[in-house]
Amino acid sequence: MSEIEIESRNLDLWYGSAQALKKISMAMPEKKVTAIIGPSGCGKSTFIRCINRMNDLVKGCRITGELLFEGADIYGNDMDAVELRKKIGMVFQKPNPFPMSIYDNIAYGPRVHGLRNKEELDRIVEESLKASALWDEVGDLLDQSAVDLSGGQQQRLCIARTLAVKPKVILFDEPCSALDPISTAKIEDLINMLKHDYTIVIVTHNMQQAARVSDHTAFFLLGELVEFGKTKQIFELPDKKSTEDYITGRFG
Amino acid sequence: MKTSERIIEILLFLSAATAVMVVALIIIFLLKEGIPVLAKVGVANFCLGMNWNPIAIAGEPSYGIFPMIVASFYVAIGSLIIAVPLGITCAVFLAEIAPSWARSILKHAIELLVGIPSVILGFIGLVLLVPFIRDHFGGWGFSILTGSIILAIMALPRIISISDDAIRSVPREYKEASLALGATHWHTIRKVILPSARSGIVAAVILAMATSIGETMAVVMVTGSPSILPDPIYDILDPVRPMTSNIVLEMSYATGDHASALFATGIVLFVVVAVLNIISHKALKSKMGTRR
Repeated sequence: MSEIEIESRNLDLWYGSAQALKKISMAMPEKKVTAIIGPSGCGKSTFIRCINRMNDLVKGCRITGELLFEGADIYGNDMDAVELRKKIGMVFQKPNPFPMSIYDNIAYGPRVHGLRNKEELDRIVEESLKASALWDEVGDLLDQSAVDLSGGQQQRLCIARTLAVKPKVILFDEPCSALDPISTAKIEDLINMLKHDYTIVIVTHNMQQAARVSDHTAFFLLGELVEFGKTKQIFELPDKKSTEDYITGRFG
Repeated sequence: MKTSERIIEILLFLSAATAVMVVALIIIFLLKEGIPVLAKVGVANFCLGMNWNPIAIAGEPSYGIFPMIVASFYVAIGSLIIAVPLGITCAVFLAEIAPSWARSILKHAIELLVGIPSVILGFIGLVLLVPFIRDHFGGWGFSILTGSIILAIMALPRIISISDDAIRSVPREYKEASLALGATHWHTIRKVILPSARSGIVAAVILAMATSIGETMAVVMVTGSPSILPDPIYDILDPVRPMTSNIVLEMSYATGDHASALFATGIVLFVVVAVLNIISHKALKSKMGTRR
């Protein structure tokens, strides 16, 4: 059994007076893929955005309970959100490359963190593109604008950009919802490769995707964690009736 | 039904046409009045001539407005040097940092600033700024510097509100992507948000320049009136006469070629402002093009 990388204990979250997450307790193990599934509005994206403190940007967002990364409280007073986000990268729902060249997109993170050495940057760009299976397609086009790539390529570029910062955890927030099936398959292959080196948390509304890529699955409903366990067990022998109903497509 | 629709359409067309017609008539009138003197002295002589002496007591009158063109650009660019850094930093604060209550207070204050008639700003400049500059920096007080400061105050709200719009229209995804990579908010503003908003900000600055060049009342009141180049050319404490001032100062008694020369000054002014407006539009358009 691997170590626990991220653990949430009784996490509550409010947007103003509306409670979006209720007493979420779950532990995400190191170098495994944890999938979070559930119908729209169940709080799964909200939860994943707590882990790298993206919810800090939302006005009126209030959090209680504990969320631990490597044993340290993510919302503790001595936690620096900027430092935290170096270690916990994120890939968003809509591919969001910067309107810059492919090279500059990937070099953005390392440059942010003070790397200026050209050779070192070149090496990181190449490594990251290879790791995200994009090098063969764009290796010769590094000066081209990233915005001209196809949607699937843009998303893999965003993954490469995240890898370039050398995080420990990568959060995927519905990374394939804007992509076609072939691009989706490529991203899933990539996740299966990346999980050897990274802890991955993926939010998805696609149950087949959760079943294909994840080791553990959490089912969220109306802001509550209904069930959390090994993916195989959740999909084959769920404990709770609502989990079974959702997985078999009776609602959602 | 059909006929009433038709009539409404025609009425709408006529109202739209009126606006265009008015502009066209103004241009035609301006050209008709200004061209005689341009033809007489030549466009190049008129624009590049150093000597403005429309009512010559002895000898031929001369119509050269080069010092005034220089003066117009001087005060306009001077105002930008003051207003652009202030305006952009203010816009960044408004769009990215200010809490919503501070934002609404600032927004209202800026709208108030737009509403101040230029004659009031000119008057304040005349009563406060001119003596201040005379006492603390030297010269007459009426100067390029004074004009630039007053124009900067007038340009600020425009630069702020257009830049604010440009910054706020940068897709939120860019900001999130940058923050998620561990960039600080300031780094994100500098490296992602401002570059993405660049074309909008450039448009704001050029538009502000066009209005500064066209501004009249406040400028007349604080820049002085000599129709010569500053001496030395970089002396920003020298009084100057921008093109707008030239028209205002002399229109009440100009006749014949002299009046025509004032209209010709108007033509030059009109062309400069129109070109700047076109560039500003182009800058905004190019933004639309690059955005997905």
